[in-house]
Amino acid sequence: MQAGLPWWLAPALSLSAFAGSLELLLVGMMASVTPLAAVALTVLVVNFRHVFYAFNFPLHLVKQPAAKVYAVYAMIDEAYAVNASLPEHERSAPRLLAMQIACETYWVGGGLLGVALGAALPAPVKGLEFALCALFTVLTLDAFCSRKELPSLLLAGASVTIALFLTPAVAMFTVLLLFVGLLLARHFATARKAADA
Amino acid sequence: MPSTPYLIAVLSIVFTITLALRAVPFAVLGRLRDSAVVRRLAVWMPVGILAILAVTALHGTITKDSHGTWYALLAVAATVVVHLAFRRRTILSVGAGTTLYVVLLNSL
Repeated sequence: MQAGLPWWLAPALSLSAFAGSLELLLVGMMASVTPLAAVALTVLVVNFRHVFYAFNFPLHLVKQPAAKVYAVYAMIDEAYAVNASLPEHERSAPRLLAMQIACETYWVGGGLLGVALGAALPAPVKGLEFALCALFTVLTLDAFCSRKELPSLLLAGASVTIALFLTPAVAMFTVLLLFVGLLLARHFATARKAADA
Repeated sequence: MPSTPYLIAVLSIVFTITLALRAVPFAVLGRLRDSAVVRRLAVWMPVGILAILAVTALHGTITKDSHGTWYALLAVAATVVVHLAFRRRTILSVGAGTTLYVVLLNSL
């Protein structure tokens, strides 16, 4: 609420998006009244990774239709990560749903607690927004430790540098499009090499 | 402050796109599974996206308080060291890095 938005927006955003990194980006975009088309494209690009989660998410375990819909809606990074690391015989529908509901309660509750704390503090603590940067740094580190994808990291670094210098106003946009473009180029380069060999 | 209809429009756009991105792949899973492009992107994307988010967040912090550039870089380094030294405990690493930055920025 340091961004000058109404209090109900935190829980509403947590419920409608239910994706941490995106919500934090959206707060900034809404505070500066970004055009809706730009918001839509950002959501599409940032959350595009969820498309890939379907590959090893144990949705087939959930039989009840309403529960199935909920399981898809609540398929966040954490739910995916925890389930992907569970051995096959320990997975079950009740366990999956209980875990997702716990995640959501914690998330929405945390958002409300943040609003309350923010209102109670006499002045905004300067520099607290660094927590976001630290969190992403840690997540990057974790992702890199489990999958040593150095080329991706370098391509991402190149994209972000170029975007910040050339189009600082819409950096997030440019960087994600650039990154996906570079990955596609890498894909076709790899495919050609494989065809030559 | 942005108008309430605007905020509600944003919320509905966000909800629709996010849910669609999570649901559609289950519907077309069979076709997607065979695509080499999709399989590669699934492996390549997450690390890069997270790194991009980390850099843009850092850039935002630095632009906001430009005299704190070195503190921010130091705090990122501290976050990484704590994370690797104490077996990847996210809350501990984020807390340590953020505390260091807030203290440096406000006291120096």
